[in-house]
Amino acid sequence: MRVTVKLYATLSDYLPAGSKNNRIDVEVADNLAVNAVLAPFSLPPKLTHLVLLNGVFIPADERASTNIKEGDVLAIWPPIAGG
Amino acid sequence: MGWNKKVLRVNLTAGTCIAEPLNMAWANDYLGSRGLATKYLVEETDPKVDPLSPENKMIMSTGPLTGTMTSTGGRYTVVTKGALTGAIACSNSGGFFGAEMKFAGWDMIIFEGKSPKPVYLFVENDKAELRDAAHLWGKTCWETEATIKASHQDPLIRVSSIGGAGENLALYAGIVNDLHRAAGRSGVGAVMGSKNLKAVALRGTQGVSGIKDFAAFMTAVNAGKKVLAENAVTSQGLPKYGTQVLMNVINEMGALPTRNHRDVQFEEAGKISGEAMHEKRATDGKTHLVTNAACFGCTIACGRISRIDETHFSVKNSPKYWGASGGLEYEAAWALGAANGVGDLEALQYANLLCNEHGMDPISFGATVGAAMELYELGILSKEQIGIDAPFGSAEALCKLVEMTAHGEGFGKELGMGSARLCAKYGRPELSMSVKSQEFPAYDGRGIQGIGLAYATSNRGACHLRGYTVASEVLGIPVKTDPLATEGKPELVKAFQDATGIFDSAGICVFTSFAWTLADVQPQLQAACEGDWSMEKLHLVGERIWNMERQYNLAAGLTAKDDDLPPRLKTEAAKTGPAKGMVSGVEKMMPEYYKVRGWSPEGVPEKATLERLGL
Repeated sequence: MRVTVKLYATLSDYLPAGSKNNRIDVEVADNLAVNAVLAPFSLPPKLTHLVLLNGVFIPADERASTNIKEGDVLAIWPPIAGG
Repeated sequence: MGWNKKVLRVNLTAGTCIAEPLNMAWANDYLGSRGLATKYLVEETDPKVDPLSPENKMIMSTGPLTGTMTSTGGRYTVVTKGALTGAIACSNSGGFFGAEMKFAGWDMIIFEGKSPKPVYLFVENDKAELRDAAHLWGKTCWETEATIKASHQDPLIRVSSIGGAGENLALYAGIVNDLHRAAGRSGVGAVMGSKNLKAVALRGTQGVSGIKDFAAFMTAVNAGKKVLAENAVTSQGLPKYGTQVLMNVINEMGALPTRNHRDVQFEEAGKISGEAMHEKRATDGKTHLVTNAACFGCTIACGRISRIDETHFSVKNSPKYWGASGGLEYEAAWALGAANGVGDLEALQYANLLCNEHGMDPISFGATVGAAMELYELGILSKEQIGIDAPFGSAEALCKLVEMTAHGEGFGKELGMGSARLCAKYGRPELSMSVKSQEFPAYDGRGIQGIGLAYATSNRGACHLRGYTVASEVLGIPVKTDPLATEGKPELVKAFQDATGIFDSAGICVFTSFAWTLADVQPQLQAACEGDWSMEKLHLVGERIWNMERQYNLAAGLTAKDDDLPPRLKTEAAKTGPAKGMVSGVEKMMPEYYKVRGWSPEGVPEKATLERLGL
């Protein structure tokens, strides 16, 4: 199935060359967990801070047990803030 | 004693500048800056005063940590009755002006009355005098600063001034210092303009004296800086991407107010994000962002210094805008961009430059343009009335309207009233996205429920910085809470509001709170200031300040009815994103908020609450 992975701020360095708009569509096996989808990107755990699945925060201890489905969007940020 | 214990009282009517001792009993109860200046305003003015009358006072105030080696210790606050809101106004600014006031030997400057002619205040250490400003009236903030420095032959003078917006009494005019830092919100610049006070110019060479225990202070300061340096947000995230990095986050969460809050996600958010500031432009191959920048004493350095595309339609014939200058920050980029549906980063930078140059709050200006664009789309305002076609998404309209508002020309005068008065004038008051007539910042109360309550209850009108629950609801600081839940939010909002009162009143930047808790601030205050500054006392003082501001607003005539969000947030559900189908639960949360505050169901502090707080 096809899902979208978006990597923002310094994590954009971990997107394949040629990726645009901080995103890439990837083909993955069915019933994969969030962590498994992200594994090929080799993101440093300390920088895998804010993980949103379709805009909803997934806590670190739920990323191995939360499965994704066709068309889902995973968006990841390192520690950031604003105001 | 982090205080200089000295107040400068400037009577603009009489033309006098008189030194007086700081009321140390009040300092002991209200700390400094926001809290202490509000105490002075409460004691010295009638809350029912017309904000633009000579009877209103305007206070520029530092905190005990302002000018010290504490990280971010450069803040100052402007406290007055707000021209935009008719409520208590306290607008906080960074840069270098606040520290200079401390170096000149003063804790605060109280302006009262109204000058018969334009003047500026010049302070050089103990000397203070009002000087004629006829040659400055009509000049921009940038020109004013340069002219004052040149005429005194001293480039180290620090200047806060108003531009055309303040002179023309645009109700969201701000006061700009150090070219692109501003006490921007609630119309403090209009109050300054109403007093014929063009600028305040400071030169201080006395440093900061009177730290109670230097050794303990430096130990505490260094410990605090270590925390900031080891925190990924304050040492990496903010300096590299600035606040604007939130654009994609908040959009992804479905809480980015778009087109006057019609939508909660902006399809062009990526184009106006912190990441976009790092991308090379197709036209000249340069990135928008030139460098980051820090205010006085700051070890975070979140500020943005950018360079606009010289070929952009807004500036191609105006070389004066081609140099590097301040912006964009998240709030300005949102208000000038998503709020209007404009995804042209260069147009946003141009509008932001003009807000800095002429002294306007970009949040209220941008959001008011959003309201005007909706009135245009509904056929209520015409091209002839506005002076240009103004559909959502028009960068041309944004750039034209910022010029008109900055100069007080044509429809710009109406935009200068703010969205509440504009929408009321044209028979659609519900289209103003504001609380207490002050426009919302960049978070939607449907997708982030706690911030909606924080907006509704903010003493200075809609504001994210009175209680930044986004830190918890979005970023997980200090703990993650569910942004879509209403349960527990009244307590969360209260906790953020009370703690923020301490950060503001100490003279430090609230952005330190991404890494610091009050427990990191407390040892710094305790070492700097005489008296007891225990955690217990800080919690009490923070809550006291909030309730004092509330009492001022109630005396000014505001009621529980003013603690509300516009109908759109309560009846029109979010169309997309995680909050799809949801409205704000502000009405559900409000009774509980009043209860945890110790207020009556009508939002009035109970007698026992006031007694507990010493009010």
